[in-house]
Amino acid sequence: MEYLYFPGCTLKDKYALKMEKTTLQAAEYLGINLREIKEWQCCGAVYPLAQDEYVTLISPARTLFNAKETPVVSLCSACHHVLKRTSERMEADKEARDKISQYLEESYPGKNRVLHFLEVLRDDLGWEELKRKIENPLSGRRMAAYYGCMLLRPASEMNFDHPERPRIMEDLLQTLGAEVITYPFRNKCCGAYLSLTEKEVMTNTSQNVIKMALKAGAEELVTACPLCHYNLSQTSEVQEGKIKIAYFSEPLAEALNLAAQEVVQ
Amino acid sequence: MKTQESSYEKIRSEIMERSGQDVNACIQCGRCTAGCPVVSAMDVMPREIMLHLQNGREQEVLESKTPWICATCFTCAARCPRELDLSRIMEAVRVKILRPRGVSGLNPHEIAKEALENIPQQALVSVFRKHSR
Repeated sequence: MEYLYFPGCTLKDKYALKMEKTTLQAAEYLGINLREIKEWQCCGAVYPLAQDEYVTLISPARTLFNAKETPVVSLCSACHHVLKRTSERMEADKEARDKISQYLEESYPGKNRVLHFLEVLRDDLGWEELKRKIENPLSGRRMAAYYGCMLLRPASEMNFDHPERPRIMEDLLQTLGAEVITYPFRNKCCGAYLSLTEKEVMTNTSQNVIKMALKAGAEELVTACPLCHYNLSQTSEVQEGKIKIAYFSEPLAEALNLAAQEVVQ
Repeated sequence: MKTQESSYEKIRSEIMERSGQDVNACIQCGRCTAGCPVVSAMDVMPREIMLHLQNGREQEVLESKTPWICATCFTCAARCPRELDLSRIMEAVRVKILRPRGVSGLNPHEIAKEALENIPQQALVSVFRKHSR
């Protein structure tokens, strides 16, 4: 299984290095070849929503044009969101495609497979195959998923999972042997970048998520988004140790017995 | 009166064109407002944004805090029975304000140093993408 790996700015920053490291360990062990894109460029972090805004499409489109027929995989949910929607746009919007193609001086190579690593596990490897590789099942661990927004919506473009009743991360946790907890608010926004401009709003949205997860009996929450991870970690419940926040790849590496405890903090 | 109306028509058609959304299709059911996770901090409800745009009160929209509070989570779009994407409307409003000015007034120096040191990079890229052009 060969893929081009798009890390993005945050995965190379101290806050999310452990998501990259544990994923790369797990991928290697599982025979999933993630080849990092040389000289990758920032995806832009937000997808340009104005129809007449083409400049900010150039960078994610360049990643896709360069990838040609090789599938592109990312871990950060914001990177995946931007790359996936850009790919859909290039396929559906001739005007945008022609403008970008002209700018990059390259003809459109056709639609890429743009995947989140969770989709690689589900669709290309398969839960059954993953289950066979588990050496250290996470039995008795009360774990829940937090999806946030970017992976799920808009469902017509992301085509990732059901936008209101997703299950991919619960399926992962179940495969890892954990006791899976579901709760309301697992796909409700954490407050995103409002943590920089409207901190009290973010505290409120993130706390709503944590309270619901605690009420349902969860002891650990997993996510694929560094900003969700950060926002949830700012709540008093997490800081007091009532519930732990981890990237989805941390329990994965742990269940595969890949010495995840040595991962950088 | 005529000038006001034509200026309104211009702003509304720009917002509709840039968002790709027909504001007149909104039936005012309020699902967007009901599901919005950050509505408590908004001064104009998402449903009211649509109503103002339908009724020629574009100033209410342009002067509102709401498009800057919207965190672009797409929940409203996922639930709208008319399949309208309000996050695109909010973006079109922000763009209308930002393009002639370049910046919103968000000052990088006002962001707490502690947050700047610890927050994931993606938050900084996102927030300045939202607040500048």
